Amino acid sequence: MARFGMVIDTKKCVGCMDCVVACKTENNVPEGYNRDWIVTVANGKFPDVHLEIQSQRCNHCDNTPCVSCCPTGASHVEDFGKIVLVEHNMCIGCKACVAACPYDARFINPEGYADKCTFCIHRVEKGELPACVSVCPTHCMYFGDLDDPNSEVNKLLASRKNHPLMPEAGTSPRIFYLT
Amino acid sequence: MQELTTTRHNLHIDPSMSVWGWEIPVYLFLGGMVAGMMLISGYFLFSKRYKETNCACYTLPIISLILLSLGMFALFLDLEHKLFVWRLYTTFKISSPMSWGAWILLLVYPVIIANLLMGPPQFLVNKFPKVNNLTNYIHKHPRLIQNIGVANMLLGGLLGVYTGVLLSTMGSRPLWNTSILWVLFLVSGLSTAAAFVHMIAKNVKERELLAKADNGFLTIEIFVIALMLIGLLTSTQVHINAAMLLINGSYAPVFWVFVVGMGIIIPLIIQLLAVNHKIKHTPIAPIMVILGGLILRFVIVSAGQYSHWLNAHSH
Repeated sequence: MARFGMVIDTKKCVGCMDCVVACKTENNVPEGYNRDWIVTVANGKFPDVHLEIQSQRCNHCDNTPCVSCCPTGASHVEDFGKIVLVEHNMCIGCKACVAACPYDARFINPEGYADKCTFCIHRVEKGELPACVSVCPTHCMYFGDLDDPNSEVNKLLASRKNHPLMPEAGTSPRIFYLT
Repeated sequence: MQELTTTRHNLHIDPSMSVWGWEIPVYLFLGGMVAGMMLISGYFLFSKRYKETNCACYTLPIISLILLSLGMFALFLDLEHKLFVWRLYTTFKISSPMSWGAWILLLVYPVIIANLLMGPPQFLVNKFPKVNNLTNYIHKHPRLIQNIGVANMLLGGLLGVYTGVLLSTMGSRPLWNTSILWVLFLVSGLSTAAAFVHMIAKNVKERELLAKADNGFLTIEIFVIALMLIGLLTSTQVHINAAMLLINGSYAPVFWVFVVGMGIIIPLIIQLLAVNHKIKHTPIAPIMVILGGLILRFVIVSAGQYSHWLNAHSH
């Protein structure tokens, strides 16, 4: 069984926000909310300044505080690709999962349920790439199976320097940034 | 230096989290106070002192039922998908404190009602005269009364503990992520419940006893708060930042003035003088204790949501 993850090349990303727009369009994300977003990290002191642009979203962690705190089982890890999802009509809108995410990746949909990135499971099940990955004009995003040693994502992780976001929060995130 | 900018501005998430408003602190406060009431009443039932502690054993149960129902109503108001609330009771999730809480609340009701039946309020007897049969039956069986006491202490303890565990299991919020939080909420619950009896009890002996007990709880609470802050201050940077929110950050004024000063230290001094017969008992002290308990929940819920690992608003 696959364990999907994402690798994003920060050397190629220009922060154009196409991924953000693609997600909103593909998933009908309500106005005022985002399932993915762009973070710009400026590091260092002039003149030694380093800028990293990150396309961020739910990290579909291996260790999922948002799933373990859910009182109804609405928040769950799908068998298919170990994608972290919310079953809308099981969610009571208690917001425990929203507070439990160290990445603040979740929000409450105006319809009342917890909402977040789904890795576009409806596309991936058909063999397509998530919307954000497929539209990226610089091809900086890669999506694939982290359990398959021959997958493109694993080859990139083996050959390039990379880091996930806040591994110290202890959730084993599955989105990696090539630097 | 590290600086982050983000394009995300989700409602109640950015720039800092505020998904839980007044409903959750009010619920945690009422739940904690009811837990304290159950523990106090249960203890007197178990130790066979219920004849001298009228208020604790005969008045608290009906008040507990009202307060707990108000608290659960606040909890219901907080839900964003209200029509699906029944989903809580179609499953039990062992890893979810909220699931534990939902089932504990369901068990708490019959236990409080068992205590209530020992001395049912007049309107209940008028409407259902057969209640008297149950009351007589209970009073003929002292062992049963002790068991009702044990059940109240057990469920009251679970209720008080869970309100703290609910928050402390969230590793994402450094201020909550301290395993002493349940002790703080339990002691605060006991203290507010004792203050309540101190405030309303007519029996002088009982009032005196609960005032003394409250002084003990308040003293313990000061140490628990100190230990919580020491624990956070000696942990990682994000936990230090979280503690500093209370110590000298944006939540410091309300924390030191209303929670520690007016909620613990000043009423403790007043009550110590009262139990040593230097001044008369005054309802002002227990009112301050109760309000302090409420504000404590507001501060912890709000500051906890604000505390974070690394976000766009941190540097």
